[in-house]
Amino acid sequence: MTRIGDLFGRLGRPAFIAYLVAGHPDTAGFTVAARAAIGGGADILELGMPFSDPVADGPTIQHAHTRALGAGMTVDRYFDAVRGIREVSEIPIVLMVYCNTVYRRGVERFYHEAREAGADAVLIVDMPPEEGERALAAARENQLDQVFLVAPSTSEERLGLVAGSGSGFLYLASLLGVTGARDRLSGEASRLIGRVRPRTRLPLAVGFGISRPEHAQALKEAGADGIIVGSAIVDLVETHAGDPDRMAREIRGFITGMRDALGD
Amino acid sequence: MKKGRFGAFGGQFVSEALMGALGELDEALSRFGKDPAFTATLDSYLAEFAGRPTPLTFCRNLSDDLGFRVCLKREDLLHGGAHKLNNTLGQALLARFMGKKRLIAETGAGQHGVATAIAGAVLGLPVEVYMGEVDMARQQPNVYRMELMGAKVIPVTSGTRTLKDAVNEALRDWASSVRDTHYLLGSVVGPHPFPLMVREFQSVIGREARGQVLGKEGRLPDAVIACVGGGSNAIGIFHPFLRDDVRLIGVEAGGEGLGSGRHGASLCGGSPGVLHGALSYLLQDGDGQVLETHSLAAGLDYPGVGPEHAMLKDSGRVEYTAVTDREALAAFTLLSRREGIIPALESAHAVAQLVKMKGELGRDDIVIVNLSGRGDKDLEQAARLTGGLA
Repeated sequence: MTRIGDLFGRLGRPAFIAYLVAGHPDTAGFTVAARAAIGGGADILELGMPFSDPVADGPTIQHAHTRALGAGMTVDRYFDAVRGIREVSEIPIVLMVYCNTVYRRGVERFYHEAREAGADAVLIVDMPPEEGERALAAARENQLDQVFLVAPSTSEERLGLVAGSGSGFLYLASLLGVTGARDRLSGEASRLIGRVRPRTRLPLAVGFGISRPEHAQALKEAGADGIIVGSAIVDLVETHAGDPDRMAREIRGFITGMRDALGD
Repeated sequence: MKKGRFGAFGGQFVSEALMGALGELDEALSRFGKDPAFTATLDSYLAEFAGRPTPLTFCRNLSDDLGFRVCLKREDLLHGGAHKLNNTLGQALLARFMGKKRLIAETGAGQHGVATAIAGAVLGLPVEVYMGEVDMARQQPNVYRMELMGAKVIPVTSGTRTLKDAVNEALRDWASSVRDTHYLLGSVVGPHPFPLMVREFQSVIGREARGQVLGKEGRLPDAVIACVGGGSNAIGIFHPFLRDDVRLIGVEAGGEGLGSGRHGASLCGGSPGVLHGALSYLLQDGDGQVLETHSLAAGLDYPGVGPEHAMLKDSGRVEYTAVTDREALAAFTLLSRREGIIPALESAHAVAQLVKMKGELGRDDIVIVNLSGRGDKDLEQAARLTGGLA
């Protein structure tokens, strides 16, 4: 069993998945942020590779991508970042990337390097299963999970395809739109869990717009197997980029609060 | 060939949120594309409102200068001043047939934004146009035109604040508004079915031109030339000639020269990559990060190109070349002086290629240039660059 499958199998509560932009605000700052996220109790790390045109992301994550690229982030350093985490932790790592990063690297090479660096799964934001043939083959070849997204607009017909294509977990987008922290949790999340649950045995992790402990609590009650928080954490990294100690404290505190809401 | 592909290129590289809308659009296109009520309505708008057919003009003076027969397909005379309206009328009407309540669009120079505003006004659909802040400053008159016709222009402040980022913002809007909104994409780029759909709506250019040259000259032309940014006017005129023995030449923005790194020539100077939902040629670095582009013609200032062009390049059916800013500017002046026609700076790239072919062709050879737009929008910039405006 993969690290991810194993984790969901033994947790007994929803997993907390923390998203960070690799190389944000810079190499050293990212290392601080990643260690704080692990220290605060994240169960899985999702690492975004910065892209010049992150069309599925809202302003917070877009800005983080731009800043990381400005600080010299490259695909080589991305895999270095994965190796750096793997040296200190066994936490499952999901690579969240835009398609062109993988395509340009060479699909097979990218997956091979991901495996070598110690990653556990790949999620290509702008690659639906219809376009995923080569990526899926490369994922199997390298024993990596391939995670796919489900959106509130995913039709019943496509739901079967999406649910049947992925492994590790399914990423349910709680709302129609781009990433970004929202004050209120969209009501679509629990409806979506209800629609997808009968179609798959994969764990269901919900993301997009989640930023508060009460959101986490509500999603736990709605039956989510995991919650994914990106923009709210990336915002802490950005805000405290100049003060790494404070950044680490804020991230640990935030994740501890979210974890408490998910129970033991 | 896989659905939605042009050879290896094209596809639907979008986030899951958009897959439903693309499927819906694909279905609507197959249903209404052949529906007599739809085609009759579109044809009547194209004829009575847009001014089709546009003429094929024989250029006596330029033909004398160059030593072969030059004809211009006059999309500059289409309502709005460019070929863009063929597509916006088609898509806006399709959106109305689909029951969509709102149109969004991206624009670079503003020509597609203006054409969308026109279509929205005449068909009664509200329009919001994403436009980079940099482009808004460069193209103030077009901002006013859009607003005058009731469109809302939304400044884009992310990334390079130009066309590419306007597309990004429009895609982000669409991801949350797909249920009631149609994204009226302006070129043969983007995920399937956009490249196919925009080609269908723009192919009227080539169908007319083919009929007109056969009628006037009694034979097919020897070559057809068009400028290529995203590539909609080029596909529009090339497509009906693809099976003929006719040279087809696409002209990209060479900017300050292909060697300078400051250009917009994705096919001549790029490599395969995925941007805005499709696999095609792309200006990118070794990590796949999309590069900044440069052209004096805002409509060619785009790092990608339609996937069908990528296929036509690889198959060799279409020759792609690039001309520089300087060559385009010279052609802008030449056509104005010799024929009394001021071309858009984009279209001036195609005219510049014509000039380069002097001496290659015989007196009776016929070349058609797609004059995709008129140059009124470029007067201030051209005057500044040529020192003509005090």
